[in-house]
Amino acid sequence: MAYMHIGKDFVPPDVPGKVTGRIKYAEDYTRDGMVYSRLLTSPIPHARVLDIDASEALAMDGVFGILTADDVYPDGEPQSTGLKILTNEPTLVGEPILALAAIDEKTAETAISRINVTFERLPFVLDPLDSLAEGGPNGYPGDNNTFVFRQGFATEKWTEDQVASFRAGNEPTAEAQQTWSLGDLEAGFAASEFVYETTFTTAGYPHHSMEPRSAMAYWEDGKLYLHGTSQSLTALADGMAPIIGVPKEDIVFINAATGGGFGQRARAGSIPSMAIPAKLSQKINRPVMMRITREEEFTIGGARQGFQGWVKVGFKPDGVMSACDIYIISDNGGKGGGGDASSAADCIDVLYQPDALRFRGTSIVSNTGHRGAQRGPGQNQIAPIIAPIMDKAADALGISRLEIRKINAPRNGDVAGPRQTPFTSAYVPESLDMATQQFDWEGRQSRRRQRNGSKVIGLGLGQGYHNAGRSGMDGIVTMGTDGRLKIHNGVGNLGTYSYASTSRAAAEVLKMPWESCDILNVRTDNHLPITSPQDGSNSIFTNTRTMFGAATDMLNKMKEIAATDLGGDPADYDVSNERVHQIADTSVGYSYAEVAQRALELGGKFTGEAELPEELAEWTQISVSRLAGSAFMGVYHDPRHEGNPPGFTVTCCEIELDLETGKYDILDMVTIADSGTIVHPQGMKNQLVGGAVWGIGLSGYERHLYDPQNGLPASTGYWQSKVPTYLDTPVKIGTGWVDLPDPENPVGARGIGEPSMGAVSAALTAAITDALDGHHFAAAPITADMILNHLAGTEENAVPLAQNNFRG
Amino acid sequence: MNSKVTRRRFIKGVVASGAAATTTGMWYAANGQDRPSGAVERLIRINVNGQMRSVDVAPQETLASTLRYKLGLTGTKLGCNRGECGACTVLVDDVATYACSVLTHSMKNARIETVEGLESPNGDLHPVQQAFVEELSPQCGYCTPGQVMSAVALLRANSNPTREEARHAMSGNICRCGSYDSYLNGVMRAVQLG
Repeated sequence: MAYMHIGKDFVPPDVPGKVTGRIKYAEDYTRDGMVYSRLLTSPIPHARVLDIDASEALAMDGVFGILTADDVYPDGEPQSTGLKILTNEPTLVGEPILALAAIDEKTAETAISRINVTFERLPFVLDPLDSLAEGGPNGYPGDNNTFVFRQGFATEKWTEDQVASFRAGNEPTAEAQQTWSLGDLEAGFAASEFVYETTFTTAGYPHHSMEPRSAMAYWEDGKLYLHGTSQSLTALADGMAPIIGVPKEDIVFINAATGGGFGQRARAGSIPSMAIPAKLSQKINRPVMMRITREEEFTIGGARQGFQGWVKVGFKPDGVMSACDIYIISDNGGKGGGGDASSAADCIDVLYQPDALRFRGTSIVSNTGHRGAQRGPGQNQIAPIIAPIMDKAADALGISRLEIRKINAPRNGDVAGPRQTPFTSAYVPESLDMATQQFDWEGRQSRRRQRNGSKVIGLGLGQGYHNAGRSGMDGIVTMGTDGRLKIHNGVGNLGTYSYASTSRAAAEVLKMPWESCDILNVRTDNHLPITSPQDGSNSIFTNTRTMFGAATDMLNKMKEIAATDLGGDPADYDVSNERVHQIADTSVGYSYAEVAQRALELGGKFTGEAELPEELAEWTQISVSRLAGSAFMGVYHDPRHEGNPPGFTVTCCEIELDLETGKYDILDMVTIADSGTIVHPQGMKNQLVGGAVWGIGLSGYERHLYDPQNGLPASTGYWQSKVPTYLDTPVKIGTGWVDLPDPENPVGARGIGEPSMGAVSAALTAAITDALDGHHFAAAPITADMILNHLAGTEENAVPLAQNNFRG
Repeated sequence: MNSKVTRRRFIKGVVASGAAATTTGMWYAANGQDRPSGAVERLIRINVNGQMRSVDVAPQETLASTLRYKLGLTGTKLGCNRGECGACTVLVDDVATYACSVLTHSMKNARIETVEGLESPNGDLHPVQQAFVEELSPQCGYCTPGQVMSAVALLRANSNPTREEARHAMSGNICRCGSYDSYLNGVMRAVQLG
């Protein structure tokens, strides 16, 4: 389909501000009378605050007040997992206990040093299996080690023998907290020609967004103005208002740009620290800036769940995956985690379509960084574990590595997951073909395991998946008498440019030149509609639907006004060149400026004062009510879609691994996406190469390290939990996409942010395994130490399946 | 490469001074209106973006702190404040330098350039900035000013680098979004734009 905007590159309006440094992040703002907040954080991994004596600090000149958990939770802290604003029972080192405001940060820090906090030390644990073992320490409140949905904190124990057997590489025998299954597992394994079974680990690691989550807040005329950092504007503010305790109509969230999100800045619950300056400002009646350091960002910035797992996979002689049985212990960290484990199993079902699958999972505490959504939670951890197993099956069955993936690939009409949800569309075989052709996969097979001195070549092929679309959100567009289209967009600006590319769907409907469009975002008092949080790769799918719908509502109103005034039926009209006109005689019509003027004269439904969609969210209703009567308006509530809109990726890579150092260079890499119609090619390419870097980090570098004696984090910086650099990534990454439209989206688009990582991690791990003659570490990351230990034939000196600690 | 100032020499200097000992230390220095007794603070003049600026600088104050909190040049970002990420990269006598890891007092005879000083007087973007726009090099943008400054430093030292040379020259700048490929595209386009 020929589009005016969709599928074409453009310069998102914030890019010049990014290259000149003019765009402002939360910490770049100041306010007259602004004072500074510093945090007193827990020095121990699990404790109870018995007493806080701040008398000396509060008596200091330049100190304005403190905020404690008792202030923010007057009825007691919520008895649930999840980060709290402040707490009296920290469950990880660095968790905020109180905040203090002073004239400057030096004074604040000095004052904090004069506060006496009496802690009661409580047991802590760094490895979930240590807690799971009978008699092991429990790291959650109330001497618990897990959290059960709708039941609360609880205790889960295995016998010491059960834990030891699991660590020794055997299938866990204890009953799991959660389970779901599909098909006849026993029959699946009975029909298998090749069966592979292994335990595995994947590491937790921090998000490490470049911008620490600093925030500044002040109150003015009863309204809260909060400068913060988030992946979303309205979704964040909508959730933050009740956390702070302010009516939704009285919070203005200001966030022109966010220095990286990756999951932990999508929802208010994952970034409650922004409530600290808001509440402190309210208490002391001054603007409060709370700067967050890199170390603090590590602690409260969230981390990926680590896995301690066991998996058994069976394949029929023809290469079909006939059965997959997977059991995962998820590391919940100190504040609870997410549903990564179940998502991992779901991902296997999506990508390989086994005849039968059983998932079992249990989530257990460790007193380490809090866990939550991180780019492809679950899907991406499992990708590097399964890819080498696919290769082993291919080799054992005499099928090519490409062919076994095509045999099992999801296709249009397939279903997957515990609810057997159908895909809205799926073009994985096409993606496999495109990737392998662009990479010359077949041509390179002769290079596999070629030696050049101490170096050896490895080839890897990987696949990634994440659900990539939601619905049920709202859209607003307005037009003034200047005829310009104003697109009110609540999507945050974290670097995907989705706030701009989804706005292009509105311009497309009205055939509006991009130069005549203004995107209203940056601050929520720009009268923004509710959007879904910009997480889960959903923005393009979800918000092109709402933008398209709102613009279509405006289009229909334009035609109705023109037909009423100028004769004929609305169906007799179309739009072009910023005019609504008769199809038969284009000279009969209104310019957009004229039709906007007529809308203002007519009022009612044309200006948002009547006949609004009944299902509009409360947040959208507030925005529409404030705009009503001031501009020509299109408003839309998006109904629910059918099916699972998937994002798929395929990656091929070639590495050269040095057997003397355990290090490798990625010589070449190609990633191809199946994510429907491409809305913004440059933005799409950025998501693919960015995801590639994340995949390289997952496979080779990133991990949590904690001091086992005291529970102190040892990987708070960019170096210890190493984020890949220019030199760890390929000189050039090839990208492409199949670009076939999805029927559940008006412009055919689906998301891609998360699967772009999984395919790369899968391919890179497969390539490392290939270079090492098929040695399967069943781990992520695979570090140089691990490779060298393997090559030297030495035993790993780490406890098997250890979490939050070195392996090597 | 400037013979007087190298990245390694800067790091060694900072280690010797202890300036980068803690992340929060410089914030207190930058914002401390209550000066510690006995400390020597004084008004100094530094050359920033071609202008001599008078600024009251604490003894332990880093350049990043001075630029951001005294001179309002917030384009210089603080990602780690301990010499790991490169978001605070500025040019000191044409050399890419971590502003979080150098003391302002050592800058008195230096020529400092920040991202705010790159545009021409008529508002035209520097070729590196223009190239980064055209290649959509930034994602979240937080590391971008530092990436821009490292690329400018590279192209002043080597106006026609290979992609591999550019990769090494830029390697002191982390991008958590992983936009390295797009930044390198931007550097190579900047070579063409001159």
